[in-house]
Amino acid sequence: MIEMDAKVLIAKRVAQELKDGDLVNLGIGIPTLVADYIPQNVKVLFQSENGIIGMGPIPEEGLEHPDLTNAGANYVSAIPGAVCFDSAMSFGIIRGGHLDVTVLGGLQIDEEGHLANRMVPGKIIPGMGGAMDLVTGAKRVIIAMTHTSKGEPKIVKNCTLPLTSIRRISLIVTEMAVIEPTQGGLVLKEIAPGLTVEDVLKVTEAKLKISSDLKIMKIEGM
Amino acid sequence: MHVIKVEKAVEMIPDGATIMIGGFLGVGTPRVVIDEMIKQKKFNLTVIGNDTAFPNSGIGKLIVSKLVKKIIVSHIGTNPETQKQMIEKAIDVELVPQGTLVERIRAGGVGLGGVLTPTGIGTVVAEGKQIFKINDAEYLLELPIKADFAIINAKKADCNGNLVYSLTARNFNPIMAMAAETVIAEVDEILPIGTIPPDDIHTPGIFVDYIVRVR
Repeated sequence: MIEMDAKVLIAKRVAQELKDGDLVNLGIGIPTLVADYIPQNVKVLFQSENGIIGMGPIPEEGLEHPDLTNAGANYVSAIPGAVCFDSAMSFGIIRGGHLDVTVLGGLQIDEEGHLANRMVPGKIIPGMGGAMDLVTGAKRVIIAMTHTSKGEPKIVKNCTLPLTSIRRISLIVTEMAVIEPTQGGLVLKEIAPGLTVEDVLKVTEAKLKISSDLKIMKIEGM
Repeated sequence: MHVIKVEKAVEMIPDGATIMIGGFLGVGTPRVVIDEMIKQKKFNLTVIGNDTAFPNSGIGKLIVSKLVKKIIVSHIGTNPETQKQMIEKAIDVELVPQGTLVERIRAGGVGLGGVLTPTGIGTVVAEGKQIFKINDAEYLLELPIKADFAIINAKKADCNGNLVYSLTARNFNPIMAMAAETVIAEVDEILPIGTIPPDDIHTPGIFVDYIVRVR
């Protein structure tokens, strides 16, 4: 197995989930990397909470516009045909079911597919920003995160951190596995090349059902 | 609508005022008015905005200057000073999901008694709030927010106070323009009436009380 940075591996696998024509919102961290690995035959539009559809890559030095940023306040570009709007419109798009996919990071996910991604009481209290609206309203919610945090499982029986939403998320992609939350529980659908099912189960606290069609993650460069 | 100097605009704001401030992490925030508020030391403010930006920009500067007693925002993660003051109980922080925050402000501005949103159902955000079941789905009742002042930022105005925003600097500005008793807009330029086509105007001038030109 060729070694690959866990974050890049996750981003590459998530990118395969995007379909031609999708309207996509990427969260900060690993989700942001997804934009770099979208298959060439797939054209998507990126939306950002601060009020844009048609967000493009980071502009060349000297071409930054002070009024054109992403939701992390980084300079971005706008592709031809881009549109800007106010925050009520932006969250109308998100909450109203007009956003095809949101990719977000996660701190914990429980057996029912509930996500906690926004605070650690007493330690980190950044506020929810747009995350609760995104998880509530997007058509598909994909969580891109490392499988464990400092060796501790992040896919757990019950979240000990406050939930972002009680909506069941659509898919979990880690550097070790692809897991689909269903009404019947979490289903292990894919494992990373070179790993066994036992390797995944060892670092997963939640009960996983093994898909009868279990596959090896197909990642370019591995 | 009156065009006034920034000093005069800020003199109107009393200590203890409730103020909406436009912007998203400092982008589209009226920075000249904020600098003047710090200069004139307006204390005990309640500030409503998307976030507290960074210590050296946007609403963050008011926090660092210890002028704010309460903030209603969706995010404070980019400003360690806000978190520090919150832990020291020097500032009261009300965190609101971003989509809910903008709709509460909009409700305040457009005469609605509140909004029903699915965001926050089953989470800590729902604590103490009324829940309505409509067509088998649950919604939280979120109440309107109004303010004494809205301090907003636009790219340009005409002499009637009609406003045009720029790119992602629009964000909360047009919504806040509807929800405050007195609206002060900081703009880069003021154009003669009739030079901005009616279809291109984002905020009708009837919402705007004062214009501060900063260039």
